[in-house]
Amino acid sequence: MLSPEFGHFTLALACCLAGAQCIIPLMGAKVKNNRLMALASPLAWGQFLALALAFACLITAAVTDDFSVLNILQNSAADKPLLYKITGVWGNHEGSILLWAFILALFGAIVSAYSHHLPLSLRAKVIAIMGGSAAGFELFCLMTSNPFLRVSPAPLDGQGMNPLLQDPGLAFHPPILYMGYVGFAVPFAFAVAALLEGKVDAAWGRWVRPWTVLAWALLTCGIALGSWWSYYVLGWGGYWFWDPVENASLLPWLTGTALLHSALVVEKREALKIWTILLAIGTFSLSLSGTFLVRSGILNSVHAFASDPARGVFILLLLGVISGGALLLFAWRAPTLTSTGIFTFFSREGSIVLNNILLCTMAAVVLTGTLYPPFVQLINGQTLSVGKPFFDNALIPIALFLFLVMAIGPVIAFKKGNIQQTVKTLSIAACLSIISIVIAFIYLHQIFPSLATGLSIWIILSSCSDFIKHIALFKTSLNNSMKRMVGLPQAFYATNIAHIGVAITVLGIVGMAASQQKIVEVPINTTIHLAGYDWTLTNIADRQEANFIATEAVIRVSKNGKVITWLFPARHYFDRQKQVVTDVAIHTNFLSDLYAVLGDSKNSTQPTPLFVLRLHYNPLAPWIWLGGFIMAMGGFITLTDRRFRIGTPAQRKKIKEA
Amino acid sequence: MKQITRRRLLWSLPFATAAVAGGGFFSMLSGLRKGNFDPREINIPVINKPIPSFSVASQPPSTGFNQQELQQQTKPILINFFASWCIPCLREMGVLQQLSSHIGIWGIAYKDKPDAVSGFLQRNGNPYQRIGQDPEGNISIDWGLSGVPESFLVMPGGIIKWHYPKPLTVTSTQTLLSLLQ
Repeated sequence: MLSPEFGHFTLALACCLAGAQCIIPLMGAKVKNNRLMALASPLAWGQFLALALAFACLITAAVTDDFSVLNILQNSAADKPLLYKITGVWGNHEGSILLWAFILALFGAIVSAYSHHLPLSLRAKVIAIMGGSAAGFELFCLMTSNPFLRVSPAPLDGQGMNPLLQDPGLAFHPPILYMGYVGFAVPFAFAVAALLEGKVDAAWGRWVRPWTVLAWALLTCGIALGSWWSYYVLGWGGYWFWDPVENASLLPWLTGTALLHSALVVEKREALKIWTILLAIGTFSLSLSGTFLVRSGILNSVHAFASDPARGVFILLLLGVISGGALLLFAWRAPTLTSTGIFTFFSREGSIVLNNILLCTMAAVVLTGTLYPPFVQLINGQTLSVGKPFFDNALIPIALFLFLVMAIGPVIAFKKGNIQQTVKTLSIAACLSIISIVIAFIYLHQIFPSLATGLSIWIILSSCSDFIKHIALFKTSLNNSMKRMVGLPQAFYATNIAHIGVAITVLGIVGMAASQQKIVEVPINTTIHLAGYDWTLTNIADRQEANFIATEAVIRVSKNGKVITWLFPARHYFDRQKQVVTDVAIHTNFLSDLYAVLGDSKNSTQPTPLFVLRLHYNPLAPWIWLGGFIMAMGGFITLTDRRFRIGTPAQRKKIKEA
Repeated sequence: MKQITRRRLLWSLPFATAAVAGGGFFSMLSGLRKGNFDPREINIPVINKPIPSFSVASQPPSTGFNQQELQQQTKPILINFFASWCIPCLREMGVLQQLSSHIGIWGIAYKDKPDAVSGFLQRNGNPYQRIGQDPEGNISIDWGLSGVPESFLVMPGGIIKWHYPKPLTVTSTQTLLSLLQ
């Protein structure tokens, strides 16, 4: 039943349905025919079901070891564990594009399920735009990267999968990341539909915001997972390398962060409409261009997909139609949008405008650093690379200023802030933060890390101050404070939790900058001193596993003669691919990581063989990802807000004064 | 109405930026197809720079050489880094043989054993006038080597005029010979 040919057929069917999903509702909206517009939803469901079948066919082929399918032959093998047979489906170009299209169709179906309260013509247009983007991707899949191609005669076994990808962290990194990327198709579709309608109002802002928050939270999780994976699998001891592909995921994150803040202003105050529309178009365009740059072979990256200029041309055309069309529409229609909400500079809206400017500047810096090398090479043939120094020097000052604003913004009132009151709320937090900058400087002797530490504490403390002010702690009875705590809107908690998440991530990054490491070549039973710990290499042994041979070291870590932990860093040699994968050993107490990597041993023929070890002491490292997941959690809390489930403006709960 | 037009022009800036970027990407892709744009290309800034100070030990059947000897040549010399363990070098040998009648080629064996190099030259012919060896790969670092095979055209006086970080092909040797005219 679920044969590759059936999968190929359902993929083509999905493409046709997506095309219909794009054209029919738009025609219906043009001639004001309600029946045609109402077809949008069933078509979206049909497209989703067809693609779900196609995806199921590919997974079936992978699980049943059907090596007559070229894609399975190139990326799977009979002795691969079942989990990686399934996740291996999206560990390659063709499968990942199919996954991308599948998630896009899934979002289209969810949008049509949760948009009954939208005006019919807006709803039809949103679903049509989603269908149009999906049709483009399905066409791309069919024409340049078909995962269902057969080979004849079928070999008995496959070529296996890159062992680096056989890891649970990486198994779920692509789907979650793609959900983030593709999730931004929804605000994009809303933005284009609003431009077509010629109307952006508070209700529009309220519809767009949950989708934006959902996509943003998923993208945050996806990036955090990828960064965590590179830390504990690659064994380079780093978490972010300014690799073009990492930058390609950071760009939509930056503009998406700006988008979710300005959509809030559209909802509350009917201002920043043009900002919001442009950010929605820009964020999805950057998601798409990231894919384009990676798959076309234009950028040099460690994320090596089988790149092919023909695919690049196709995605470039797709980008031209989707983003180019949207930007043209924006240029034509945006000037007709009028903002009604007026605000002074010192207000919540003002701080969000500043936030947008800073985030977009950061995105522009990352974009410049990423695209500078290929463009310079195109213009004058010089090859160069842009690395960490550029990004650090250009981004850190902007980021520090952003942290300063971030803590004040949520405390200021909408429309016109009261400076005196804001100062009163934050004065204690400000004093403590300045003291912490001084203390940090005494310890670190470096200006930027100290500022970053102080500003992170500033973000956390100002959130706490605002919270204390809201529940009127010590100003009313404790019981009343508790009642207020329960009565605070979810949005308040979501904002502060997400902001505290940012602060925790920043503290983790500062901690990592102060990490200590040693690379040594030692015989067994040597003790190495690093960061106040004694690391003793006690033994090394080989072990045969299912599809690899493991060489495992045993390291005893002790402090002042007391054993803290045993670390088992290993190297896995995969015979089929002739590839070695390091297995990092990490011991964490959530304040620091002890991190050990076993290197290559060159001369094991000698009477006392020497082994290469890389040892790191990484203070606060786990906070980087912990902060990321806390940020995402803030986003998910926003989604539970009642206002997003009911299409009416929310009434603020009145809290009785005692 | 006039204000609307002005705003429309302003708001078409994002489109214009994206269009310029798109045009750039398109020319990169066509370059990738034609083979004249390669993001993985390595261009080290050695063109028109003097050669580094170095000295390579002799590798049978020839004697080694150093910076002074190379500077004192009256004809251009092609310095070719190679190794017996490198498959692209093996493929390059045919091109080098043809080239050796037009220009003197001096080889430097990179991270290799002398016996292995001798065997390699006996099996595949010897296009080199002089051969030195760099068993540790330290001299190659001074030259800015990124891998083997790699070739440098050194003019009389010891100035590098051309550099090719890939196996030489018929097309690239044409470029090289046109430089000698």
